[in-house]
Amino acid sequence: MYGFLMRRLAATIPVLGMVALFVFLLLRMTPGDPAAVLAGDNGTPQQIAEIRETLGLNKPIPVQLGIWFSNLLQGDLGQSYFFKKDVTELILLRVEPTVALAITTLVITVLIAVPIGVIAAYRHGTWLDRCVMGFSVLGFSVPVFVVGYILIYLFAMQFKMFPVQGYKELADGFFPFIHRLILPSITLSVIYIALIARITRASVLEVLGEDYIRTAHAKGLPNRVVLLRHALRNAAVPIVTVIGIGVALLISGVVVTESVYNIPGLGRLTVDAVLGRDYPTIQAVILVFSGVYVLINFLIDLTYSFLDPRIRY
Amino acid sequence: MRSNLPIGLAAGAALVAGAVMSAPASADQTLRVVMHSDLKIVDPIWTTAYMSRNYGYMVYDTLFAMDANTDVHPQMVESYEVSADKLTYTFTLRPGLAWHDGSPVTSADVIPSIQRWGSKDSMGQKLMEFVADMQAVDDRTFKMVLKEPYGLVTMSLAKPSSNVPFIMPASVAATPSSEQISEYIGSGPFVFDVENWKPGDTVLFTRNDNYQPRSESPSWASGGKVVKVEAVEWLSVKDHQTAVNSLIEGEIDYIESPPNDLLPLLEGDENVALKVINPLGAQFMFRLNHLHPPFDNVKIRRAALASINQKDFMQATIGDPAYYKECAAMFICGSALATDAGADIVLKSDFELSKQLLEEAGYDGTPIVIMQSTDVNVLNNLGPVAKANLEKGGFVTDLQAMDWQTLVARRAKREHPSEGGWNVFMTSWTAADILNPIMAAGFNAGCDSAWFGWPCDEKMEGLRDAFARETDAAKQKEIAEQIQIRAMEVVTHAHGGQWYRPVAYRSDRLDGVLDGPVSYFWNISKK
Repeated sequence: MYGFLMRRLAATIPVLGMVALFVFLLLRMTPGDPAAVLAGDNGTPQQIAEIRETLGLNKPIPVQLGIWFSNLLQGDLGQSYFFKKDVTELILLRVEPTVALAITTLVITVLIAVPIGVIAAYRHGTWLDRCVMGFSVLGFSVPVFVVGYILIYLFAMQFKMFPVQGYKELADGFFPFIHRLILPSITLSVIYIALIARITRASVLEVLGEDYIRTAHAKGLPNRVVLLRHALRNAAVPIVTVIGIGVALLISGVVVTESVYNIPGLGRLTVDAVLGRDYPTIQAVILVFSGVYVLINFLIDLTYSFLDPRIRY
Repeated sequence: MRSNLPIGLAAGAALVAGAVMSAPASADQTLRVVMHSDLKIVDPIWTTAYMSRNYGYMVYDTLFAMDANTDVHPQMVESYEVSADKLTYTFTLRPGLAWHDGSPVTSADVIPSIQRWGSKDSMGQKLMEFVADMQAVDDRTFKMVLKEPYGLVTMSLAKPSSNVPFIMPASVAATPSSEQISEYIGSGPFVFDVENWKPGDTVLFTRNDNYQPRSESPSWASGGKVVKVEAVEWLSVKDHQTAVNSLIEGEIDYIESPPNDLLPLLEGDENVALKVINPLGAQFMFRLNHLHPPFDNVKIRRAALASINQKDFMQATIGDPAYYKECAAMFICGSALATDAGADIVLKSDFELSKQLLEEAGYDGTPIVIMQSTDVNVLNNLGPVAKANLEKGGFVTDLQAMDWQTLVARRAKREHPSEGGWNVFMTSWTAADILNPIMAAGFNAGCDSAWFGWPCDEKMEGLRDAFARETDAAKQKEIAEQIQIRAMEVVTHAHGGQWYRPVAYRSDRLDGVLDGPVSYFWNISKK
């Protein structure tokens, strides 16, 4: 197990290195010039040239890459072209809203998707099953921003239950914090619920046909125990895998949800940085997202051995 | 389990709903505003970005300021004298001017501020060409000595839009203009709360209680800047629909630039007012690249001019005639230099004339590369309209769609269109940027030193120089008319129509919203 941990951790380094290189080169090949953005709409060609020189953008790309990698190895993610602040500081400012949104979304998703997936499997072929599958198709098909606007119209503008937009830090109190997170989390969780419910239903359905489930029923165990202790636990490995893979889905959804609900998280930081061609910020944020993704997959691998004692590393 | 689940869910939902019912918002004295963009650069001299300019008006003050009639008035200056030979200007600052840290504003602060602005801004650079020396006489008095008479001294110091000659402390103004400043102390009506600045999210300004406003009524940036709220908070709301919903629900007080297509939503709300605060509006610009064929040929540029018309551009972008105006005056209808001379060709397309000119010029069908911005709401439809009209006029076109940031990078490229360059792009200027031929970048025909498109015309440069030297307003107007005629002859650019965008605010809460080319937040009170 210890060897596995070390190998997996070591494997993340070349992965992140490749991501860093790829992102750096991709950005330099993308049209646009941060100096032109910084100079403003009325900036003159002379002003743009001056800014390019100040930022070092007139240096050859391999030189720029060398400087960036060198700083990166020293833990320096660089400074935002726009805000004149360290990118690390900008990211830290934005972590809380995104993590809060992601956690509440995951909680809502797991609390809703797993039970309805299990119920759909248990009541396979009934109207309940069809409803769950219908919702699943709908959840996948409707874009996140459409769900967001509909929820805002209904629950913020018609029923006045929630604010239209904005975010309150946890330090400002739990109620205002959670009050502003509920609608965005529900918005973001719709597509995720659709995905997890389908996978849960399929996995549980497969397990329900196994001999040991029949044996459990024959032993006279209540349905609840059979479903939760025997069926769901044995179906858990693919469900957990999909939850992990779904984090990528969550990250892309966060970008849209944070814009619609005006949440100052990493998603909006990414969009702003891309639109402004703020290279240091884009590179750093993508590295962070990649690191999180690698870490989550790593944790999921570890989870397998807890869920299924037969899996050993 | 089956029977209990729905009941449980319903009970849970009811509990959550009950728990989160909105409490009524308490009335407070913080003005919550959604600006047209978020504040990125806190140095209004280093960049021409409008958000940085708007930030400057909050934090800094200016020596002079323009009023609603585009007349110039002293602002930080109490009085000034001009010598009989028109070569020496002596300025006296108002008593009681102070920086946010309480120290007094002196002549020693003003001079480096003018120098820093003068090294960066086009109008400032022109002024500096004429300045022989600036010297402090005492703490409140300083002199500006000119090499020869210059007609735009106070007009330059009252420049209303980017770059505005804001006055900064001497230590801050000593920062080279190629570097951004790192201290944010001004003497303006608001104090920038840098500790609570959340980049890309919120910017907080608190009232400067030590600010001593002038006694005159406010008019644009001139007159008394009396702050009537405790704080102003700029919120960065990227999604226009969200901002509009938020205003309707009363979560914010003011939207600086609601897009025209969402105005009907706001018009239907009795608690929201729409007000065109900038009666001079903005003007679309149709900019040609003079470096490469076919627009290196003046006849072909004239053909392009004959093909387009203002109304098509404005109908496609603004739509509601209440918010646009066909206007032949390049220096803005309603301004002091407004004239129709030589420029009515832009009001109506003449496709036959265009085709005739193309034939005379021997146009070989080279496709015109039109850069179309796709992510700036008010510019999105200009490209397709230009394409349609140019094609009706006999041109072959190649419309290339891109985001605005790509466009601003590409327009700086001098390469041939086939190698990443361009032939045409369209943009928009706020009227305050183009009120005379020195501040309006489009008229600069100084070849390599000209704005993107690089027109090259000695006669135009001579006329601009004459305008700058002229100290008589009536003669300046005559020269401006000649400049407009010349601009149409050589087609430095074409003006695509004058348009207006209202601000939207909660009329049930706010009073005293001022007119101006910029959203000013003094004089506004919150009920």
